[in-house]
Amino acid sequence: MTTNYMLRLRNICYAYHTLYGETNVLDNISFDVTAGEFVAVVGPSGCGKSTLLSIIAGLLSPEDGTIAVNNPDGSLHYPRVGYMLQHDHLFEWRSIYKNVILGLEISHMLTEERLAYVNQLLADYGLEQFRDKRPSELSGGMKQRAALIRTLALDPQLLLLDEPFSALDYQTRLSVSADICRLIRRTGKTVILITHDLSEAISLADRVIVLSRRPSTVKCELPIHLSLADNSPLAARNAPEFSAYFNKLWEEIRNEETIQ
Amino acid sequence: MKKPFNNDPAEPTRQELFMRQHHRHHHQIAVMRLLLLVLFLILWEICSRTGVIDSFFFSSPSMVLELLWDMCRDYSIFGHLGITLFETLASFLLVFLISLVTATLLWYSTRLSEILEPYLVMLNSLPKSALAPLFIVWLGTGTTTIIVAGISVAVFGSIISFYAAFRQCDPEKITLIYTLGGSKKDVFCKVVLPSSIPLLLSTIKVNIGLALVGVIIGEFLAARKGLGYLIIYGSQVFRLNLVILNILLLCGIAMGFYKGIQMIEHYIRKEMQL
Repeated sequence: MTTNYMLRLRNICYAYHTLYGETNVLDNISFDVTAGEFVAVVGPSGCGKSTLLSIIAGLLSPEDGTIAVNNPDGSLHYPRVGYMLQHDHLFEWRSIYKNVILGLEISHMLTEERLAYVNQLLADYGLEQFRDKRPSELSGGMKQRAALIRTLALDPQLLLLDEPFSALDYQTRLSVSADICRLIRRTGKTVILITHDLSEAISLADRVIVLSRRPSTVKCELPIHLSLADNSPLAARNAPEFSAYFNKLWEEIRNEETIQ
Repeated sequence: MKKPFNNDPAEPTRQELFMRQHHRHHHQIAVMRLLLLVLFLILWEICSRTGVIDSFFFSSPSMVLELLWDMCRDYSIFGHLGITLFETLASFLLVFLISLVTATLLWYSTRLSEILEPYLVMLNSLPKSALAPLFIVWLGTGTTTIIVAGISVAVFGSIISFYAAFRQCDPEKITLIYTLGGSKKDVFCKVVLPSSIPLLLSTIKVNIGLALVGVIIGEFLAARKGLGYLIIYGSQVFRLNLVILNILLLCGIAMGFYKGIQMIEHYIRKEMQL
């Protein structure tokens, strides 16, 4: 484990309580995330990946364990977190522009500087001519870009992606995940991506964390090093090491699925 | 066999044919509606003149029109019409405000909504006309009593529907607001309220009809003015022309209100592009 961490999770435990009993979801989850790193979290379905992300985002508090923060600038305040959900959730009653400034509006940060940044992003991501359009007039990929701008507008230091492409059909998904991840890479932000798609995890991330079935623990961590000329996720799928990584992850996950 | 491409400008395109057929269809529906009404009126008039039905009990279109003309000339109808319209609009607006505020509070506090739920269900199922005598004792006879009666008929169902509309909001959209750093107030203003507008609109369409029912019940029991009063008065003195005229006026009012709300709905839907 590195000492140069940005986020350090130690012994995170979480359980859901109902009248019928207690369901342990997370059991002693510990890992570090370095600043600027792109981490993918995979695991069998229902293992509590989304719960883990909600805890990191501060939407849920862990029942046990600590989250330590060490910002690159040395400060200890919790980093501003941007969260992308499975669906774009753009509001049909707002124009694209009104949608992407939603976060700024809520946080009362509609400053000239921020709006200029949003306009820059809209131009960079090719959404300039769609700013007054309604979400339903955009393609799936364009909507994801708009959702990304909405997240980036608040300038988060840590981006949490909760299967942000799973609602798209396979072909769109391939190109959109490549597209969005290229854009995120360019910002140099720290990213935690949750996915159940192993190829997506390998092609996008610097490191893959495998969770066990419920109650989840960290089963293994797999650093990804692909020998590639360019870093595009589509090319990554053709890298010579790709299938070896895939088989390794598949083994780990499959063992978990069959025990269940 | 029709040619797939049509370059002759004199001949209509398929789109034009479709548009024509669409207009013709709507035209036909409108004509049939009007025809049905005219036929009914003619039949009614003939039956009453030839003595098939007793015009003393069943009146006739010409007698109703004559009465309307007389009441227009001495302006008496306008006072009655005006007061009923005013009372209905007042109770409708108050129902809207009360249910909006109450449903918002219920949404804010799950605990409050759990506590109040059985009471709301009970009050909603209660036949509100049973309350009218109580209102008369408490508030006397007059406009206030009648507005309260109008409110009582619509308000409980309206609160329940508004609250249900707030509750059906997509929980992921709510999470989105929290991830953007929003508070519960932001959740309400940015997501819950805008996303429930279509349901709120269909609820207020029902409310305007219910408010009218309540106002007429109130006027039956506690008024010296208004269409409901004229109906009761007419039946007591056996002036059935008067009763039927007022029932027809009520039909007109109900239709007018419905159309009005529909226009507001169209406007809002267009503005919000829902």
